[in-house]
Amino acid sequence: MRLEIAGVSHSYGDLRTLDSLSVAGEDHGVLGLVGPSGCGKSTLLELICGLQEPDAGTVSVGDAEDAEGRLARCAFMPQRDLLLPWYSAIDNAALALRNQGMGRREARAAAAGLFERFGLAGFERARPDELSGGMRQRVAFLRTLIAGKPVLALDEPFAALDAITRAEMQEWLAAALRTDPRTVVLVTHDVEEALYLCDRVAVLSTRPGRIVAELTAPHPRAPERDAVVTDPEFVAVREEAMRALRKGSR
Amino acid sequence: MRRWLLPLGLIALLIGAWQVAASTGAIADALSLEDFLVPSPAEIAEALWESRDLLAENAWVTLREILLGILCALAVGIGFAIAMHRSQLLRDASYPLIVASQAIPIVVIAPILTIWFGFGMGPKIVIIALICFFPITVNALDGLRSVDPETVKMMRSLNASRWQRFWRVEAPTALPSLFTGIKIAVVVAPIAAVFAEWAGADAGLGRLIQSDLANYQVARQFAAVAVLAAMALLLIGLTALAERRVVTWR
Repeated sequence: MRLEIAGVSHSYGDLRTLDSLSVAGEDHGVLGLVGPSGCGKSTLLELICGLQEPDAGTVSVGDAEDAEGRLARCAFMPQRDLLLPWYSAIDNAALALRNQGMGRREARAAAAGLFERFGLAGFERARPDELSGGMRQRVAFLRTLIAGKPVLALDEPFAALDAITRAEMQEWLAAALRTDPRTVVLVTHDVEEALYLCDRVAVLSTRPGRIVAELTAPHPRAPERDAVVTDPEFVAVREEAMRALRKGSR
Repeated sequence: MRRWLLPLGLIALLIGAWQVAASTGAIADALSLEDFLVPSPAEIAEALWESRDLLAENAWVTLREILLGILCALAVGIGFAIAMHRSQLLRDASYPLIVASQAIPIVVIAPILTIWFGFGMGPKIVIIALICFFPITVNALDGLRSVDPETVKMMRSLNASRWQRFWRVEAPTALPSLFTGIKIAVVVAPIAAVFAEWAGADAGLGRLIQSDLANYQVARQFAAVAVLAAMALLLIGLTALAERRVVTWR
């Protein structure tokens, strides 16, 4: 599903977060939004998901321009996993199905297959506090995926993880998107993560956020992450992104 | 083990000291009182045993008042907290009123309610409910308001209706706080019951304490107070037990 953000401005009271920003995402493509902390990239994600409305400009997801239509087309994965502690892992993952009116047994059965596929088998009944950080994040991603929406909006999904787990989770997400391609918007402050996981990466300036560069990733979601991130072509694009990020931060 | 032994040890120590001080007449001498006005724990225990039927009969009356009063406070308090959580207008309008309800001195309002509603159960239940209403409502409301706004966004994005958001997120989030309110309510309820009975009653521990006071039956008065304290302990124990069964994720 195509995403089109055209001339969007947004502010919280007197604080201007986005300034006539335009960017587009291809159908079944992964669009990265990279920028310094507080540049409004999370706000942009919430605008896409229909959780907020812009002050000016248009945000369209497929043929929907209104907030309700965007909300129906996007599944939002917040920065923290926000698993509900009173539900088991599988009930957390199946939350969207339950919200759609599916019975508990059916919803669990539908989620169970994915637990197997995403390396969570055996942890269906576990409470969130019994899971490791990486597993919690995987359950949160499953919860987003199971909603069955055409667009996935991920807000710094791996920011809270340690470096090793984060690299593992990036490879895991790349594999998940190779087998089940979706239109994805990924917000991160990690340039390397963005260039590994995304097809195209938009670099945002400091607040009020606008696009300072748009880059095409050389080997999006390739199976061998370590080989990709040390590849000279990848390193060159990464340096270009870093330069744009530094320029935009001034 | 330690949780039980420590308070029991302390209580035994205090009772022992009291026994020595009272049976040697030390307290009565220090206060220049007749000995019978300062009963020893042994004498109180004797009064407790001798008047066991009378105490049990009156305790049952008071316990029923307390339970019904708390139930009313729970129904009204939770209902009010939900309504105030839903409507900013109602919250702003009624918060001062709820605080004011707590400032009403029961000793003043109890006789008026007795004149209005007579000597039966009714006014006692109203008074106990009035006292218990405040901690229950305020804690339930605080609990509901402590919901993480990010979780609400996540739930909205997963197609949750308002009711689904309430039952799957807001209500479980508010439960621990609600139990805190109930614990406060159950320990103040016996005090409220005594005041309510003093304003006019034909049965109950408060009424018994009042008539024993007039007849200098000091030992039995202390026995009635001990029963009342045991009642508060029982209620808080049951509340804690219910909390452990319901709030399993903490």
